[in-house]
Amino acid sequence: MTAAETETPETPLSAPLDVGFDYTRSVGPVLGRFVNALRERRVMGVRGDDGRVHVPPVEYDPDTARALTDFTDVADEGTVVSWSWVAEPLEGQPLQRPFAWALIRLDGADTCLLHAVDAGSPSKISTGMRVKARWADATVGHIRDIVCFTGVDAPPDDPAPAPPAPPVAEQAEGEPVRTVITPIHLHYLHSASPEESRYLRGLAEGRLLGQRCPACGKVYVPPRGACPTDGVPTTDEVELPDTGIVTTFCIVNVPFLGQRIKPPYVAAYILLDGADIAFLHLVLGCEASEVRMGMRVRAAWKPREEWSTTLENIAHFEPTGEPDAPYESFAHHL
Amino acid sequence: MGKQLAAVLGTGQTHHRAKRTDVSMPGLLREAVDRAMADARVDWPDIDAVVVGKAPDMFEGVMMPELFLADALGANGKPLLRVHTAGSVGGSTALVAASLVQAGVHRRVLTVAYEKQSESNAMWALSIVPPFQMPVGAGAGGYFAPHVRSYIRRSGAPEHVGAIVAAKDRRNGALNPFAHLRQADITVESVRASQMLWDPIRYDETCPSSDGACAMVLGDEAAGDAVEGGAAWIHATAMRTEPTTFAGRDQVNPQAGRDAAAALWREAGITDPLSQVDVAEIYVPFSWFEPMWLENLGFMPEGEGWKLTEAGETAIGGRLPVNPSGGVLSSNPIGASGMLRFSEAAKQVMGRAGDYQVDDARTALGHAYGGGSQYFSMWVVGSAKPGN
Repeated sequence: MTAAETETPETPLSAPLDVGFDYTRSVGPVLGRFVNALRERRVMGVRGDDGRVHVPPVEYDPDTARALTDFTDVADEGTVVSWSWVAEPLEGQPLQRPFAWALIRLDGADTCLLHAVDAGSPSKISTGMRVKARWADATVGHIRDIVCFTGVDAPPDDPAPAPPAPPVAEQAEGEPVRTVITPIHLHYLHSASPEESRYLRGLAEGRLLGQRCPACGKVYVPPRGACPTDGVPTTDEVELPDTGIVTTFCIVNVPFLGQRIKPPYVAAYILLDGADIAFLHLVLGCEASEVRMGMRVRAAWKPREEWSTTLENIAHFEPTGEPDAPYESFAHHL
Repeated sequence: MGKQLAAVLGTGQTHHRAKRTDVSMPGLLREAVDRAMADARVDWPDIDAVVVGKAPDMFEGVMMPELFLADALGANGKPLLRVHTAGSVGGSTALVAASLVQAGVHRRVLTVAYEKQSESNAMWALSIVPPFQMPVGAGAGGYFAPHVRSYIRRSGAPEHVGAIVAAKDRRNGALNPFAHLRQADITVESVRASQMLWDPIRYDETCPSSDGACAMVLGDEAAGDAVEGGAAWIHATAMRTEPTTFAGRDQVNPQAGRDAAAALWREAGITDPLSQVDVAEIYVPFSWFEPMWLENLGFMPEGEGWKLTEAGETAIGGRLPVNPSGGVLSSNPIGASGMLRFSEAAKQVMGRAGDYQVDDARTALGHAYGGGSQYFSMWVVGSAKPGN
């Protein structure tokens, strides 16, 4: 069943929203020791104030909060303390075929490391099982230098394909790793409210639909469904013209990551005639230096065949050439 | 029973830099915490609870930071709370911590706020475009610049006032060993010659992106009495919130800020803030917010905040020194910026502000705002106990 089959004029619109960023983590002196040891295929822990060896090393003692510095090597082999089967691996997980997340107490450690065990099937992993690290062919200084763990007595006949090496931050040849990269990607389905959906479907027909609050009489575009001031539902639909004024604006000269309009551009609050709240849009059709507070503008629509359910159907606003609105007429909209 | 007395026992902060790649995120916090605890002369067993704050999760890609920071904050076995009010979070975090003492729940509370901006890109995080929207957003500068233009139009302020603020705050920052930007030679002219980023906001009128943290130890009356040289006593606190947008919203002089300030002065027994407050640490991420907040806070009548700035009265030695530490314009670890304002106010009345100490500072304001000028938090601290 597709969305198109079930969509009615009242169905809220939705669309994917993918957000992702490669965050950079400076590892600091403790985790730095850990990842740089991994690069040499060694696992390093740290001894706490109570004598326990923490693996991975903790920066501060869990009981005394003291900064810990007593590092010690542990084995790359240990015992499964507990585990959970992952039947359908997710994007970004260490193995892309069914595997177990396991808490593994490495020999010489007193705490558990969480890592993947490539066991093939849930019948081939158990608490108490002995496992050994499977190291990556090329280590870079990252937890994924250990591809996964496998059973010491019964390693899988067909080892899982090793994923590509994790991304690492730039570093000079031979220098220790100071920063690791942590890509995070979130995949949302963003849904508009019923009222906003009506407004967006109006835009697809070249119409600007707002709503009036029955209590204060203020006209909101886009409509909110409820008045933010009075808290009452707004049901009275108002069609607005595609003309209005610039209340205030700025000229964006600065480029930045993710920017979709090439600077410089004028980002302006546009107050449509008959509306009581302005929205941000672009102003073109004159020099940026000629844009003024109170300037009369009209929507410049994209060609009709490019319209969809978005305010981007209006390519920009442009001056009408009419006299500016007096400041007093829009001062309360600033 | 009313509020119990509460006081700042000690403060600490990191050296703020564009990139603190020498420390992990927990290590960054500990640098501030260790300094605050040393300043307060307390050890871990003295701390009853911990309150932590940071700016929005997308800024660093860390959700629920309180989970992985517990060890670094010595919070195992103690209450640990996280506060979240966008850019004002450093202020509101301090106020939540203060309320735990004022309520008589805890004797000493450690509070800390931080941001490690270099691990991400706040401009990107603030400009994510959801489906169906017009992609005109351009980070915090793009958001605030139109409202700065509205202020200039409404007040009739001369164009150079923003540059006066920027030059003053950066020169103040040069007196602060912890500041990110320390520009002793900056001038109004050089600020006005810097690149226009989001017209009417110039490069030198814009806060930096910093890695940094700030911490304070707050305590009850007995703990405050024991502070050598005197604690910073909390005289009043206020927080107010309003929606980002609604028809008729005053985006230049928001109601929530005015209401918070009125409540603050009333609680502190202050009837004439300009005469009765000796120094103010105000959240000024873009230069023009100094005159805007001077009005919003009631130091000056509406439309006249710029006159105090233009007359030089907000410089150290002026009638109301504003941001003698250098302020947000000199250091901006977003999540910590509000707490830095609160702690710098405390340092002033404790006489611990070093080269930027304001003479005879007895009453000080710490202020923070966040979101689309919609979260406000503030406190008044004094060298004397309230009522004395």
